[in-house]
Amino acid sequence: MPEAFELAARPGARILAGGQSLIPSLNMRLATPELLVDITGLRELASIARTANGLRIGALVTHAILERSPEVAEDIPLLAQAAAEVAHPAIRNRGTLGGSLALADPAAEYPACALALEATIVLAGPRGERRVPASRFFQGLFETDIQPGELLIAAEFPRADRSVFLELARRHGDYAIVGIAAVESKGARRFAYCGVGATPVLAAGASRATTLDAALQALRQDLHPVADLYHSAATKLHLAGVLLSRAWNTLAKPH
Amino acid sequence: MEHARETTLTVNGTRVTRRIEPRVHLVDFLRDELGLTGSHIGCEHGVCGACTVRVNGEIVRGCLMLAVQADGCSVETIEGLSDSKELAPLQRAFHEHNALQCGFCTPGMLMAAQDLVRAGGRPSRERIRAHISGNYCRCTGYQAIVDAIEEVVNGPR
Repeated sequence: MPEAFELAARPGARILAGGQSLIPSLNMRLATPELLVDITGLRELASIARTANGLRIGALVTHAILERSPEVAEDIPLLAQAAAEVAHPAIRNRGTLGGSLALADPAAEYPACALALEATIVLAGPRGERRVPASRFFQGLFETDIQPGELLIAAEFPRADRSVFLELARRHGDYAIVGIAAVESKGARRFAYCGVGATPVLAAGASRATTLDAALQALRQDLHPVADLYHSAATKLHLAGVLLSRAWNTLAKPH
Repeated sequence: MEHARETTLTVNGTRVTRRIEPRVHLVDFLRDELGLTGSHIGCEHGVCGACTVRVNGEIVRGCLMLAVQADGCSVETIEGLSDSKELAPLQRAFHEHNALQCGFCTPGMLMAAQDLVRAGGRPSRERIRAHISGNYCRCTGYQAIVDAIEEVVNGPR
């Protein structure tokens, strides 16, 4: 770890974990780092541990492991559902939770899950560990609270009473047009979206609403999506409402 | 060659040691350095699946992994799985169902399909489609490919 901190602090260094986003951007010459710091040998970052109220998941845990881990299925099923939506099996075998959170792609699944579940992101650097709530971690487009020389080493997810992850994509495995992480605990709901802004977005008004109609009304003030190559802002807002209805009804189903 | 790193990996059962530039992708190393040209290069950014190989028993994109990252790993390619006859049932089914035309996607398609065969069980057509969703075929329309895979995982209809 100390060696990784030292290398990560060097100018032009990029951390390489599963590489399923970084290597495509190298291939397309969108990223030209001076130094790649491959952290995949730090096997202590690849574990899943139970905590008092949920799971602490190491940064190097892959999508494939999240998808089939019995602990994740039992304690944080939202993540197992989201993992199944990430790309394709061959990519899920290498891509990691920490890589996805640290990259903070606005269309990625886990940042929305972290926001909905009020997860804590654990960063480590030469001066020790720092714990950052998800709501403060995602700061802008591909921009997080990680400082030079720091590594994202884990994320802690508290259990929820009920949860569901849904997304709409043009083809199976594509980036989400819009996705929703919906959580209910002690009667309180939280709806977080991916694909509707520069960061994952908490739909605060919809989360406070007590009826689906009121939630759909509130969503129009909560979200201000911008058009992408294929979908207008109005389409995205409409699809966000479709997902809100489905998620609301799923959470409301008797269990 | 100042950045080249000595890398040792097992490829289709044979130990290989080479000095490799960190920028070289695994699939380029297999093709250019070892002459294993069965793994194809299509999109080079992880979308098409033509470069699918196995690393430590799991399928990965050969274009989204650097060859130096395979240090200490066991890599299996279409050549290895063909020679060992592991793929023989799928190859026969692909042949019988006309599950290929130009054949460019076929090595990657077989690697992804075999992953499903090895997982066991009797996956539905929907599940088969989901499993090969990361492997593009621009000729067949997939129907015959799903037929062939279904026959191998479920036995002949």
